Amino acid sequence: MTIGLGLILVIISGLWLKTRNPLYHNMGRFWTRIFGLIFAIGVASGIVMEFEFGTNWATYSRFVGDVFGSPLAIEGIYAFFLESGFLAILLFGWDKVGPRLHFFSTCMVALGSHFSAIWIVVANSWMHTPAGFHLAKKVKVAADGTQHPLTAQLGEGSFTYEEIPLPTDYVLQQSDLHSVRAVITDFWEMVFNPSSMDRLTHTVLGCWLVGTFLVISISAYYLLKKRHLPFAKMSMKIALTVAAITTVLQFWSADSTARGVAENQPTKLAAIEGLAESTAEAPLGIVGWVSWEKDDEGNRIGFKQTTLKIPYLLSIFVSGDFLHPIKASETVVVGLEDLPSDAFLLSRHPDATPEELKKIRPDYWPSVPVVFQTYHIMIACGVALFIIAWTGLWFWKTGRLWATDKRLTRWYLIVCVFSVFLPQLAGQAGWFTAEMGRQPWIVYEILKTSEGLSQAVRAEQVLTSLILFGLIYALLFLVFLYTLHTKIKHGPSDDISGEQLPEKWRSLEVLEKKTGGPDQ
Amino acid sequence: MIAFDLPTFWFVLVGVLFAGYAILDGFDLGVGGLHLFTKTDEERRIMMNSIGPVWDGNEVWLVTGGGALFAAFPEVYATVFSGFYDAFMFLLFALIFRAVAIELRSKQPQRFWRRGWDIAFAGGSVLSSFLIGVAMGNVAWGIPLDENHEFTGNLLTLLHPYALLLGVTTVALFLMHGNIYLILKTEGMLHEKLKRWVKITIPIYMVLFLIVGISTPIVCEHIGLAFQERPYILSLLFILALLLAFNIPREVYKGREFIAFLSSCGSMIALMTLFGASVYPTMVFSSPNIVNSLTIYNGSSTEKTLGFMMIVALIGVPIVITYTVSVYYIFRGKVKLTEESY
Repeated sequence: MTIGLGLILVIISGLWLKTRNPLYHNMGRFWTRIFGLIFAIGVASGIVMEFEFGTNWATYSRFVGDVFGSPLAIEGIYAFFLESGFLAILLFGWDKVGPRLHFFSTCMVALGSHFSAIWIVVANSWMHTPAGFHLAKKVKVAADGTQHPLTAQLGEGSFTYEEIPLPTDYVLQQSDLHSVRAVITDFWEMVFNPSSMDRLTHTVLGCWLVGTFLVISISAYYLLKKRHLPFAKMSMKIALTVAAITTVLQFWSADSTARGVAENQPTKLAAIEGLAESTAEAPLGIVGWVSWEKDDEGNRIGFKQTTLKIPYLLSIFVSGDFLHPIKASETVVVGLEDLPSDAFLLSRHPDATPEELKKIRPDYWPSVPVVFQTYHIMIACGVALFIIAWTGLWFWKTGRLWATDKRLTRWYLIVCVFSVFLPQLAGQAGWFTAEMGRQPWIVYEILKTSEGLSQAVRAEQVLTSLILFGLIYALLFLVFLYTLHTKIKHGPSDDISGEQLPEKWRSLEVLEKKTGGPDQ
Repeated sequence: MIAFDLPTFWFVLVGVLFAGYAILDGFDLGVGGLHLFTKTDEERRIMMNSIGPVWDGNEVWLVTGGGALFAAFPEVYATVFSGFYDAFMFLLFALIFRAVAIELRSKQPQRFWRRGWDIAFAGGSVLSSFLIGVAMGNVAWGIPLDENHEFTGNLLTLLHPYALLLGVTTVALFLMHGNIYLILKTEGMLHEKLKRWVKITIPIYMVLFLIVGISTPIVCEHIGLAFQERPYILSLLFILALLLAFNIPREVYKGREFIAFLSSCGSMIALMTLFGASVYPTMVFSSPNIVNSLTIYNGSSTEKTLGFMMIVALIGVPIVITYTVSVYYIFRGKVKLTEESY
C-alpha cells in the first residue's frame, strides 16, 4: 500500500512544486497523513518478517543463508533506512525544511519502498527459480588431507573445515541437512534469476493498484457525500489516470509472468489451470470448481473439475505468438499427469516402477483445488479493476463523473468506494497462488517445505504464537480501520488561500509569484 | 598484526549495527519507560513527540542487524532465533504494541483511549528493554546446544538469575539514557522535573552496572578466561565505560545537556565493545558443552558472500549514517507540539 500511495504522493508534491496551487498542498497533507498511518501499521507488522526465517525456518535459514541472507541485509541497509529516515521529514518536516527538500524526501521514501520490494521479491523469486548457486557439503579435513564427516571426532586443532561442491544433479537427502548448504557462485545470476524481473514488475504494479484504488475509493466517497469537492476531483483524476495505465501494464506483466511460470514451473501452471493431460489446443479456464479425487486410503490420485473453458486459448498464451493464433494453438501444454517428469521422479525414487511413479507423482503436486481458485480470483479482480479504471476515465472525459446527482454516476462511485478491496484481494490471492503453487517445495525442486522447519521449536510453540499473532493482527486491523475512518471523516482542509502552507514556504511562494518564478 | 579477516569484519559490523540499535532505540525505549511517571496529557505528548520522527528509523537498526546476521552468520541467526523462540515472540509483541501505541494514542481524545495506549507504550518499552537484556545475558552465559548447533533447552533455561540481572540492568540503562535525551528535548517545568529524575536513574544504573561488571568474569567461566587472555584491553574498556557514565551527572549539573547525552552514548559504545571483545571470536557459547559453541568461523557464510556483502556495506553504511545524522540535525532543538504531532 505504501508503495502505491508513495507514488501518488510524489506526483502530488511534484505538481505542487510546479504549479504552486495550494490545492495540491492540501492534498499532499491529507494523503501524507493516511500514508503515515499505513506506514506505522506496516512497520509494526513487518518487523516480524525479518526474524521469522530464524525463528520458524531455522533449518531453511542455515541451508540458504549464504544466498538468501544477502538480499534481506541489502534491503535493510538500502531500503528500510532510506524509507524511515526520510519518512520523518515527510511527516513532521513541513515546518522544518523547504519545499524542494520536502519533495526530495517524498521521492526518497517512495524510492525506499520500491527498493524494499525489489529485494524481497528477488529473495522470494530465488525460492521459485533458484540460480547462481551450487550445493556444498561441509567436511572436516584432517592434517593429512583426508576428508571426514562433520560428526567425526577429531582432536582439537588437528583439522580444518572445508566446503566441497556437489554435482549439479545431486539430490538432497534428509540426513544431509546439517552438513550441506546452498553456496553462492554468482551474485547477479542469483538476483536476476529467471523469474525475478517478471515477478517484481507484477508485484510493484500490483502495489500501485492497491495505493491508487485507496485514493479512488476515498475520493469517490467524498464525491458521493459532496464534501471537499475540489480535493476529491483532483485526487480522482490523478488516481484514475495512474490506475488506467497501471491496469494495462499489469495485463502485459501478468502475461509475461505466466509464460515464465509455464517455462520454469510447469507444474504450477498445470495446477492453476487444472490441466490433467498434456495437450495441444489447451483450453483456458474462466471459472470452475476443482476437487481432489482420492483412493480409499486417502491418497491423491487425481482431481475432478467442472470448469467453463475457452478452447485453444491457453496454448496461445503459452506460446505468446498472438499474431499467428492458429499456429500458436498447436503449442503443447504439459499437464499434471506428466509432471514432474519421470526423470525427475526417478532421480528421487531410483527403483520405482512406472506404476509406482504414477502413485508417487501426486505427492509432488501443489494443492490443485486451492491454487486453481486463488489464481482465478486474482484474474477476475484484475479484469474488474481494468473495467472500473477505464469506465472512470470515460466518465471523466465525457463529463459524467462529476454529475454526482445522476443515478449512473452514483452507482459507479459506489462501486469505486468498494473497489479498494479488489487489489487487496487480487494481491493476496496472487501471493497464495505463487507460494501454494510452489509446494511441496520451499526452494523449488531442491528443499521441501517440511524439511525447512526449526528443529528447536515445538509445534505447540508455533501454534501459540500463531494464535497470538492472529489476535494481535486482528486487533491491529480493527484499530487501523477505526483510525482510517476518523481520518477520512475529518477530511482534508478546504482552505485554499495558502494559509495551510508552512510559514517559511508561504514567503517563498509570494516571492516567486512576484518575480515570476524560477521556471519562467 | 593480524591479517585482514572477513568474519572478524562482519563480527564488528554486526556489533556496530546492534550497538547503533542499543544507543538509538535505547533512548526511545527509555522514554517509553518514563512515560507513566508524568501525569498530564501535554507532558506525555511532549515525551512521545520527542521520539516521534525518529523511533521507526531507530527500530530499523534492529531489523538491519537481523538481516546482516542472516547474511553473514546464518548458522548463528538460525540458532539464536529458533532457540529463543518464546522470548523472541514476546519481544516482537512488545515492539508491535509500542509502535502502534505511538501512532494511535493521539488519534482520539477520550481518556480511556489515551490511558490504554499509554500503558501499552510504557509496558511495551519496558518489556522490550528487559528482553533485550535477557538475550544479551544468555549469549554471555551460554545456552545448551547439541552438535548440530540446535538449542536443546526451553524458555525457563533462559530465565536464570544472571540473565534476569542483565535484563534489569538494561532497563535501568535505557531509562537513564532516555532521561538524558528528554532533558535535551524539553523545556520549562518538565525539563526541571526530568533533571531531578536523573538523580535517581543514574545511581540505580551505576550500581547495577558495577554488580554486572564484577560478577560477569566470576560467574561466566569463559569470560573470566577472556579476561585472563586480554586483561589490559578489557579492563581499559570497563574503566572507560565507567568513567563516561560518571561523567553524565557532572555534565547535567553544569547544564551541558548535549555533552551529557554524548557521554551516555559513549558509555554504551564502550560497553558494547567490552561485550564484543570478551566473547570474540565466539558468538554463542554452548553451555555445558563448550565444544558446540558457535564462532565467527563455524557459523559464517562463505568468503564470497562475506566479501561481496562487505562492499555493499561499505557503500551503504556511510550513506545511511549521513542521512541519519541529517535527520537528527533537522529535528534538533526542543519539542514543539504542532498539528502533525502525535
